[in-house]
Amino acid sequence: MNLIELRDIRKTFYLGEVVLPVLKGISLNISKGEMVALTGASGSGKSTLMNTLGCLDRPTSGDYLLDGEEVSRLSNDERALIRNRKMGFVFQNFNLLARTTALIQVTMPLLYGRDTVSQKDANRRAAEMLTRVGLADRMDHQPSQLSGGQQQRVALARALINDPPFLLADEPTGNLDTTTTREVLALFKKLNEEDGITILLVTHDPKVAASCRRVIRMADGLIEADDVTPGGAL
Amino acid sequence: MKTLRILKTLRIMSASLTALRRNILRSALTTLGIVIGVGAVIAMMEIGNGSSAAIQKTIASMGANMLMVFPGAAASGGVSFGAGTTMSLTPDDCVAILNECPSVRAVAPVVYSKNAPVIFGNRNWVPMAINGSTPDFLKVRDWPLTEGAAFDDVDVRKAARVCLIGQTLARELFPGQSPVGQEVRLQNVALRVVGVLDKKGANMMGRDQDDILIAPWTTIKFRVSGTSTANTNTTTSTTSTTTTPHGQVYPGSTSGIYAARSTTQTNNSPMPVRLITVDQIIAGATSSAETKDAIAEMTTLLRERHHLSVDVVDDFNIRDMTEISKALSTTTVMMTNLLLVVAMISLVVGGVGIMNIMLVSVTERTKEIGLRMAVGARGTDILRQFLTESVMLCLAGGAMGIMLGRGSSYLVAKILHWPTLPSLGAIIASVLVSATVGIVFGYYPAWKASRLDPIEALRYE
Repeated sequence: MNLIELRDIRKTFYLGEVVLPVLKGISLNISKGEMVALTGASGSGKSTLMNTLGCLDRPTSGDYLLDGEEVSRLSNDERALIRNRKMGFVFQNFNLLARTTALIQVTMPLLYGRDTVSQKDANRRAAEMLTRVGLADRMDHQPSQLSGGQQQRVALARALINDPPFLLADEPTGNLDTTTTREVLALFKKLNEEDGITILLVTHDPKVAASCRRVIRMADGLIEADDVTPGGAL
Repeated sequence: MKTLRILKTLRIMSASLTALRRNILRSALTTLGIVIGVGAVIAMMEIGNGSSAAIQKTIASMGANMLMVFPGAAASGGVSFGAGTTMSLTPDDCVAILNECPSVRAVAPVVYSKNAPVIFGNRNWVPMAINGSTPDFLKVRDWPLTEGAAFDDVDVRKAARVCLIGQTLARELFPGQSPVGQEVRLQNVALRVVGVLDKKGANMMGRDQDDILIAPWTTIKFRVSGTSTANTNTTTSTTSTTTTPHGQVYPGSTSGIYAARSTTQTNNSPMPVRLITVDQIIAGATSSAETKDAIAEMTTLLRERHHLSVDVVDDFNIRDMTEISKALSTTTVMMTNLLLVVAMISLVVGGVGIMNIMLVSVTERTKEIGLRMAVGARGTDILRQFLTESVMLCLAGGAMGIMLGRGSSYLVAKILHWPTLPSLGAIIASVLVSATVGIVFGYYPAWKASRLDPIEALRYE
């Protein structure tokens, strides 16, 4: 069962006179429960592909089936709802709100769901989530009081609060040192194996990419390689 | 569904509060414009209301909703003698007005006496007004007594030698003792003081209203004056009695220089029936709104009673206090309105300040907006959140402004002794105005935020 199905996705930017094709026909299937690394040099189109996969951007042409549903032609508001229910985002620079406690950060996506939860329920769920990522004792801490790894785990808890089937991580370890990188990756792996969350990791780092069973390498707007390795090496 | 919406609103409000608390000093400074604006509005309204209430009180001290009926002008051979020269008002008119005009609360006739010294022991004083009336005079003028009791209708009927005196007269004639029960002399008539009137102060023209002596009108008319003062200088009232040396010695007695007429003489040449007239009638309307009705009712009634045909002008004039009170309150209202305009301008300036800071805030929090959109916020969610923030800023400013305004009007009342009056309307209005300012000036920044592209916003540094 494919969670994600891309068929000939093209994305072209028009900057005045200049026509800039970034994605030149990408076809890709990702099954449920896979953990995929997306690599490639800068300018290879991997950010654009990730934005498309994350329903932040619409492709110029092509089909995108998420969980069997065509999402590439939805309106802004409909895509916002898809992002809320089906996706979690983790960013390189964590994107946490300054001077806000971890607990409140994590409850944020609940504000925009279809069914609104009370503040009490939201806090309870956020606390559960933070416990799951190992931050039970850091709930009232602000980002400035947390280490990089802890911050990324707060971001991860925030991404997972709506129980999305699909987690998109954009260079999640880019700002972390080796030890923390290993910790965070272990957490990803655990979520993938134990909770069956499909994960797409965008990364530069070959070592990080190697931790995934499947590595997709992009070059010049096309998929250059799509390797399935034994994986698991950290 | 409704509870969900309330829940969502509550959560948006708490999110906005969190965002505002992150920059508490900036939020406070931003609202300063609104605080000052609302504070100014409240203070202006309270001080303005206070001074117009004070003016209303001054007018009311002359007698609440008082109407004055004066006799009309007499004319003879093309020569007019001016207002008050026909003696057209009678005590019976008073009774009729009270009985037949529903908008009239109380009526009293007034008889003037010319100014004469009032003597007690070795002291004397000429009061500004010596009036004859009925007990209802006090009802029309809203004039309570501090001491003693008013004379009653029986005293009026038998022209009793009693009087009420005002505070000034009491002070001048009876320093350090109670006037009640003492006898004063007025034009050789001894009048027993039965009561002392409460202090009223100066009227709007600066006349001391407390310098007064009030006696039953019959006493003034028949015992003190012997005749009405207005009667003495009119040519039309042919029956006026002239004061003779004899009459001065025995006031109130009619002159005896002509031989008394026999019954036959009286029957053969009947004298015109002499009506007993009064110099003025004062009436109190039931409320200030009903003064107009009262005037209309009294006009109709008096025309009927005086047998005036349609083409004959009124032989009386009715005047009320509305002209004076209107003139006085117009000034206050204008000043209050001008100051309100200034206050409104400061509210607008405050609103621009809010807009400015919200724009800065949107730019500063571009990344946060991008993140919120990435986790599923729609444009309208972002719009609502920023709008909520600016409205909450304005409402907080409004609340502080209300306290500031109430505080300053309290200080003004305490220190400068200006009259102020708390105004609930002003408070409600400023809450509404500050919410409106929040919406109007917060809309553009919020709209701008809601239109951001999530990818661009996330990448913004």
